[in-house]
Amino acid sequence: MSPVSRGFRHLHRAPAGQEDRVPPGQYVTDGFPVLSAGPTPHTPLERWTFSITQGGQTRKSWTWQEFRALPTETVTVDIHCVTRWSKLDTVWQGVSVDTLLDQVEHDVPYVMAFCDGGYTTNLPIQDVTSGQALVTFGYDDGPLESEHGGPARLLVPHLYFWKSAKWVRGLDLRDHNEPGFWETYGYHMYGDPWKEQRYAGD
Amino acid sequence: MERTAVRGRLTWQTAAVTSVTRETASVVTIQLDLPDWPGHRAGQHLEVRLTADDGYQAEREYSIASAPGEPLAITVERLEGGEVSPYLTEELRAGDELELRGPIGGYFVWEPGDGGPLLLLAGGSGVVPLRSILRHRHRAGSDVPAHLLYSARTWPDVIYCDELDKDYDHLQVSYTLTRSQPPGWTGYTGRINQALLAEVAWPAEARPLAYICGPTSFVETAAAELVGLGYPPEKVKTERFGATGGH
Repeated sequence: MSPVSRGFRHLHRAPAGQEDRVPPGQYVTDGFPVLSAGPTPHTPLERWTFSITQGGQTRKSWTWQEFRALPTETVTVDIHCVTRWSKLDTVWQGVSVDTLLDQVEHDVPYVMAFCDGGYTTNLPIQDVTSGQALVTFGYDDGPLESEHGGPARLLVPHLYFWKSAKWVRGLDLRDHNEPGFWETYGYHMYGDPWKEQRYAGD
Repeated sequence: MERTAVRGRLTWQTAAVTSVTRETASVVTIQLDLPDWPGHRAGQHLEVRLTADDGYQAEREYSIASAPGEPLAITVERLEGGEVSPYLTEELRAGDELELRGPIGGYFVWEPGDGGPLLLLAGGSGVVPLRSILRHRHRAGSDVPAHLLYSARTWPDVIYCDELDKDYDHLQVSYTLTRSQPPGWTGYTGRINQALLAEVAWPAEARPLAYICGPTSFVETAAAELVGLGYPPEKVKTERFGATGGH
């Protein structure tokens, strides 16, 4: 039983009619906070690639030009950060992860997203396929700014936002579910905001 | 990147507030007595949970201000329009109970064995986890030299001022005041920039470790300029708090 915090009151209510879009323990913000562990990398587009790798081998790689020639889609989604802010109706442009993975024969249960700066995050492959994930390059009608993960960021909006890896450079196909960067430091292996899977054991 | 696993289930515990000390007009340090605190590393944070009388709960993360082995303390800044920080800075008193769990994080940490020299860059209340690192360094008897560059709006906004002035050996503290300066001010003025960092920061050849904590614009600028001065990105650790209006 939690002790009552004398005089504490509920101030941050979800916008009227949108209560069921805000997962437990989250509050809605209009801003777009930035969280990351190190300096923002700036890889020139002429050296940028997106790769599907497996067992140390590159299975498929796209240059920026090739990547941008792929079919794109625009999605409007709600995003939920483990630090408890949620942002509703964010608009992103990107390439479906299905479009990328369809070009490689694969039969693995997990992927590890890898990024400039050394960041990684692990995901079940079924959470980045079937239209659930994009590799985004645009936000709100403009290019994705570097501090928000540009030139390209993974977007997996149904999981906490640390799974939407900034500065993403590829997906490594994995037979086993191994922890990525934050998962190694005690964050949850899966990260479902509706189940409040913030930290290991939640 | 370093891979030091910190795992295990985090459970909520009820701490007793042993003191609430006003640091500045908008900042307090809350000291806590918690029988089962598992211990923490300098630079980590914890989560606080408040419960209203109708059962509504709100949780927020705060940096730990104390060193490992000291009585647990957090330092909290009141954010206008916030839900949790106004309660912690205005309502909470010694003798109250406070639910918390932690520690959280494990990347933005320093141990004496990590060496240095240390470059600590603080924007506003971003000084809190850096103070934990400084206290840890002091208590461990480490002679790793440290520079702290602390950016604050005005002199009365500076947290831990006396302590930073007196308590630490092998520490050089530089201040920059961005909004206004007291008469006769001899420190730096204005926001952090390349010229200021070039003057204050250890040269990259000294192989320093940099820890930057503050608002996003401060951290973005400071981290980019350090990389520009030749610091390897993996030696620049950052912790940011965005203008979420939510704390």
